[in-house]
Amino acid sequence: MPEMMQQADVVVVGLGAAGGTAVWPLANAGMKVVGIDAGPRLKVSDYPFDEITSAMRNEYGRYKSNQEVPTTRPNARVAATRPLGATGPMINAVGGTSIHWMTQSWRFLPWNFKTVSMSKARYGPNAIPKDSTSIDWPFDLAEIEPYYDKHEYFAGVSGQAGNIQGTIDPRGNVFEGPRRRGYPLPPLRNSGFTDMMSAAAKAAGWHPYPGPAGIRSKAYRGKAGCTYCGFCGSTGCYTNAKVQTNVDYIPLAEKTKNLKIVTLADVLRVEVDDQGRATGVLYLKNGREYFQPAKVVVLAGYTYGNSRLLFLSTSKAYPNGLSNNHGQVGKHYIAHGLGSAGATGWFPGKRLNRYSGTLGQYTAFDDLDADNFDHSGLGFIGGGMCSATMEAKPIATANTTPPSVARWGSSWKAWLAQNADTVAGVGAQLEVLSYEDNFLDLDPAVRDPLGRPVIRITNDFHDNERRLSDYVQKKMVDWLKAAGAAEVWTAAPGARSLSTHAYGGTRMGDDPNVNVVDRWGMSHEVQNLAVMGGSTFPSSAGRNPTQTIQATAWRTADHIVQNFKTIAD
Amino acid sequence: MDCSGEEKAPSRPLSRGELLKRAGLVGAAAAVPAALAPDPALAQEELVQLQQMKALSPGEAATIGAVCDRLIPSDSTGPGAREANVIRYIDRALAGDLAMFRSSYTAAAVALDAYSQSKYGGGFAALSTTQQDAVLTDMDLNRATGFSPNAKAVFEMIRTHAVQGMFGDPAHGGNTNFVGWKLVRFPGPRLVISARDQRLDVVPRSNLKSTYSNPLFRARASRRD
Repeated sequence: MPEMMQQADVVVVGLGAAGGTAVWPLANAGMKVVGIDAGPRLKVSDYPFDEITSAMRNEYGRYKSNQEVPTTRPNARVAATRPLGATGPMINAVGGTSIHWMTQSWRFLPWNFKTVSMSKARYGPNAIPKDSTSIDWPFDLAEIEPYYDKHEYFAGVSGQAGNIQGTIDPRGNVFEGPRRRGYPLPPLRNSGFTDMMSAAAKAAGWHPYPGPAGIRSKAYRGKAGCTYCGFCGSTGCYTNAKVQTNVDYIPLAEKTKNLKIVTLADVLRVEVDDQGRATGVLYLKNGREYFQPAKVVVLAGYTYGNSRLLFLSTSKAYPNGLSNNHGQVGKHYIAHGLGSAGATGWFPGKRLNRYSGTLGQYTAFDDLDADNFDHSGLGFIGGGMCSATMEAKPIATANTTPPSVARWGSSWKAWLAQNADTVAGVGAQLEVLSYEDNFLDLDPAVRDPLGRPVIRITNDFHDNERRLSDYVQKKMVDWLKAAGAAEVWTAAPGARSLSTHAYGGTRMGDDPNVNVVDRWGMSHEVQNLAVMGGSTFPSSAGRNPTQTIQATAWRTADHIVQNFKTIAD
Repeated sequence: MDCSGEEKAPSRPLSRGELLKRAGLVGAAAAVPAALAPDPALAQEELVQLQQMKALSPGEAATIGAVCDRLIPSDSTGPGAREANVIRYIDRALAGDLAMFRSSYTAAAVALDAYSQSKYGGGFAALSTTQQDAVLTDMDLNRATGFSPNAKAVFEMIRTHAVQGMFGDPAHGGNTNFVGWKLVRFPGPRLVISARDQRLDVVPRSNLKSTYSNPLFRARASRRD
């Protein structure tokens, strides 16, 4: 028998970007909250500048993420596979992957919330491919804007506003939606490389600006400013300049005495009663089982984890998995084909000094994103935010050579000796639609060490995404050439692999027949169950998700607080 | 064995294969030409090291080490995998975080030697550098036979780990004397980087030290391995 814990008002499963943000408004409102995470607490001394432990081995994924790495396949006709030694996309810790994230901290564009309706309005009823399952978000930018603002000011996001209440500022993103006020902190500084790429973008007629960063450019509310140390992505910040929920939200939530944190605990399933209401979660810690009862259960894991926990939580009321009586868990899966609309350029003789800064120190432009250009006759909708960033590392640098150069031996080595730090990539994050045949389910064969099936990803680009990728990739080649690259090369498009930008599986929308959660993030089937994170996104947008994950998590937490009696009843 | 006379520089240290043959650790039959006189100090040091591997057997270490020596050769560009101690990195990794690759390396060493034997009549470590490069090219192009799951996959596995050992933090056993970081002009871990050091064509301040030599992260170093 599992040990019975004291009942909580709310139990939050996963203390990363979503759960780690949500515990603050919950605890601050007086809710008794228990937060459970599979990882430990980390401190600044746990973030050495080590490319091997962080980027190569995903060291802090060892507690859970690395043990349940999903299998992948491009379509249902072939077997799913998983490479030997594959590591998970996320880490496990109090603060989760908000510790390791790449710090590009975005608001979505107005169009991203209304992709389907706005595309049809402009290009006609056939603008969206027939086999796409994409829908509009159930709310628009104006509804989430207060939460973007709260987060930016609470944590200290750095950036240059481009649209304050409708007034356009060309120093910022001229395509951004209206914001109530500017950023609390100025953008991170420009580097020689970002200046060079910004000038080239301007010359091409695009509208570059310093991209927003979840890093404090200066000291803010007692926390330090960025030192541009060059070890930011895939690790935590040694000086706490980075926006991390274990720095910005969780400590304040704990100070209220309303948040109890359980570390190194693996949640096995969500339990339900005869009426199909969630009663709490069963978890494993140090080889012992515990039951944490709660009036409201919040799943705040990563996209793969949220669907998996629902699939594994079968019961009489939910024989195919919790909140899955409409068969929607795992559906509408989307992943950015990261890198697939990118290009890499070689600038002979130029020392770029990209062994410094952060991926959040970048120049970006939106001219090729969303519906910011005319798509008539192009055969696709959407686009992607394009960026050129800092933060190269030595192992990755040694692996980034032109295809004309051998990949090993004396000629490779001689090329590196002459040309290391003269190479840089640029890229776009493509807006990808959801399709009936892109989905998550449980792998029939591959299991974690506890014997539970891992997630199986079935996913590939469709024609819309292939055309979009080709279109944007050509522009990325042009951009590098305009900046003076002597040789430019590209990778083939594709979206099969694991992604740190994965969405869907517990999609948010008004119609319970095709969505798992409602517009507030509450399950359509289980009254007292909420789901947070990228797994609820109806669309991918063409940019990084983290700030939108945090804003929507905060909004769901507020909804739970304001409607607690009805939800918990 | 190819005795065509290439690389007959008198100061050349014995290759791992030659060394191990002398020590009786590998079974290749061909004699070592007397002209290839070893640097006794280095040879002894390497022999000791090969016998002190944590995961790999001395024979496996000789074969895989010889592969690394050709992937990242010591040449006119400067030190390579050998000076960086890439094989020590791989061995430590296989004894620790990368233990899941342990059996793949055993199989790789067996297949490498078998393919080398069938093609050139000797184990991989005993071949000339030209022959070794030919074997690696066959693997890279997935023409070599007898590998599991295939030669290209094995080639990529070893290359991936060799590059990590060459260019990763020296605390993991490779990149000795920062030879990898110097090769790719990585200035080392720096807690603070100035605006000047982020401009184009500036030579940045360097700090060629392991991250674990910083007092902030020293505690972590003790938890390594």
